[in-house]
Amino acid sequence: MHQPASEPRRSIYHRYRVYPVAPHPARADTVPVMVVGAGPIGLVTALGLAKAGVRCVVLEAERQVCEGSRAIVFTRRTMEILQQVGVADEVLARALPWRFGNSYYRGQRVFRLEGPHDDDQRFFPMNNLQQQVLEEILCDAVAREPLLDLRWGHKLVALPDAGGSGDAEVEVDTPDGPYRQRAGWVVACDGARSALRTLCGAKMEGTAYEGRFVIADIRIRLPLPTERLAFFDPPWNPGNTVLMHREPDDIWRIDYQLPAGESPEQALAPQALRSRIDAQLASIGHGGAPWELDWCSVYSARAMTLPDYLHRRVVFAGDAAHLLPIFGVRGANTGFQDAQNLAWKLGLVVRGVAGPGLLASYSHERVAAAREIVAEAGKSTRFMTPPSRGFRLLRDAVLSLALTQPFVRPLFHWRTSRAHDHRDSPLNDPADDDALFGLGPGRGAPLPNLRLDDGSHLLDATCGDAAGRFVVMVFDDVSAAALQPAADAWLGQGVPVVLRRFGGNARQRLAGAHDRAAYLLRPDQHVCARWVAPTPSRLDAAMRTALGFTATEAR
Amino acid sequence: MSSRTGLDIAALEAVYDQLAEAIDQAGDEGSEPMLVKLALLLAQEVGDADRFAQLVEVALQDLQEKRR
Repeated sequence: MHQPASEPRRSIYHRYRVYPVAPHPARADTVPVMVVGAGPIGLVTALGLAKAGVRCVVLEAERQVCEGSRAIVFTRRTMEILQQVGVADEVLARALPWRFGNSYYRGQRVFRLEGPHDDDQRFFPMNNLQQQVLEEILCDAVAREPLLDLRWGHKLVALPDAGGSGDAEVEVDTPDGPYRQRAGWVVACDGARSALRTLCGAKMEGTAYEGRFVIADIRIRLPLPTERLAFFDPPWNPGNTVLMHREPDDIWRIDYQLPAGESPEQALAPQALRSRIDAQLASIGHGGAPWELDWCSVYSARAMTLPDYLHRRVVFAGDAAHLLPIFGVRGANTGFQDAQNLAWKLGLVVRGVAGPGLLASYSHERVAAAREIVAEAGKSTRFMTPPSRGFRLLRDAVLSLALTQPFVRPLFHWRTSRAHDHRDSPLNDPADDDALFGLGPGRGAPLPNLRLDDGSHLLDATCGDAAGRFVVMVFDDVSAAALQPAADAWLGQGVPVVLRRFGGNARQRLAGAHDRAAYLLRPDQHVCARWVAPTPSRLDAAMRTALGFTATEAR
Repeated sequence: MSSRTGLDIAALEAVYDQLAEAIDQAGDEGSEPMLVKLALLLAQEVGDADRFAQLVEVALQDLQEKRR
């Protein structure tokens, strides 16, 4: 019998809530979607499904959110996704926004990265918040959604049937004994050690790097701004790299590479931790400052992905689908984009209005994104933890040159997580007028979050009531009148579409001289078609493509 | 600007001596890092990644001394 811990996890700053074990489901009915894992990716996927009007069960083996701060840096794109599922304000109220990163070598700052920021943006490039705090905010949002049923203390233990043309079936163990549950779709958000990945026999492809890092959270008062600090080859840890990030509540994250040959157990021994953290604090001029440990762990850098995120009726997302080095804050931030991408597609599949290619496009787009991130992550990982003598010689040569030669300093750029352009998505309409615009976001790109004349932002139009919907954006009355009946017709067939008219600077920046222009936005805020001369039939054709039908298939 | 005309014999001899002395000056520990830094500086000076790749290929040839 599964017995999750009932004692709250230990923390010096966070009071964990222990949720009651969910009762066995009263009815043995089939749920449309079961999300496995109430981590941030599972919770955002569930919230996205609820926005799409889909009933969903979330299974969580534990009775509380994750132990330790884990993912602490959330990108602007993540904030935009969190706004769509309705929690951005709560996150912003707690998070520390930032935009500068500093790389140090021999006491000299050799590189300073500025995260791009301008008046258009609602969110900062980076926002620091402990993962367990974010998870509790998301759990509260899930509890407010009548379509969602979060089952604490229910652990998936087997997959008797992965489904196919029919439903899947999972076996769940609980403190009250096991039960079986049928589900139309199972979404695997069960993390880096995904049980579903093993049960499906799915294999990751990519590289596991040798370097291992200690990750420790301490409480300390440091008079330093919220910026990323990277220290290369510090005197106390020669040849290795140390990272520091500020978190809310006077918590600081310190990451450092283990010396070669040292085991995780040795590295996490209290004396080893204490002396190294003291040495790091001393090296930045804060030796002797009192501090207290909250949480520590060891991780290794891996850059791997499943080659396909669909396995019959099981769909993989987040760390269950890919493992990415954390140096570029790519893990959770990539996962949120998976969740946003998947939720609307799976929602339309469940509602029976999707074409045969829609769910496949999830795997197509997100595997492509993961492979691109794996390639980029490999570059920064090879710089942070050189995997061979050659890479170490080059990295060390760059460190040495960086003191006097500006041309090498861009090599310190850590290529942080960013929104992926789905430029080659099968959901894009190749017959649109993309090439004729000369401004605005191209086909496949996410919509920029322009600040509008009334002080709101462009992506606000995709949140609230519009979350989970396609948005037809127009900029004049003629196109609005022409396209509204077509949008209504899709709505009448169960496809959520809204038409919104924009003026002022949105019109200038997105339509330019093309008064009649229109954009078709997917529910995940990516442009899938845009026209300088839209017509209802062109909109219909793009909608069919965006729903995963080929041009000749009826809607 | 890089020049494809190459060094004349007097200049080549000067480079030969400078490089040898620099390797000796850097010592056993430092000579390899020094040579890597030098390679990066020269690559930046050449300003042509394809040309650099060709030169790497040339440098990789015949590294093992063949004895009869």
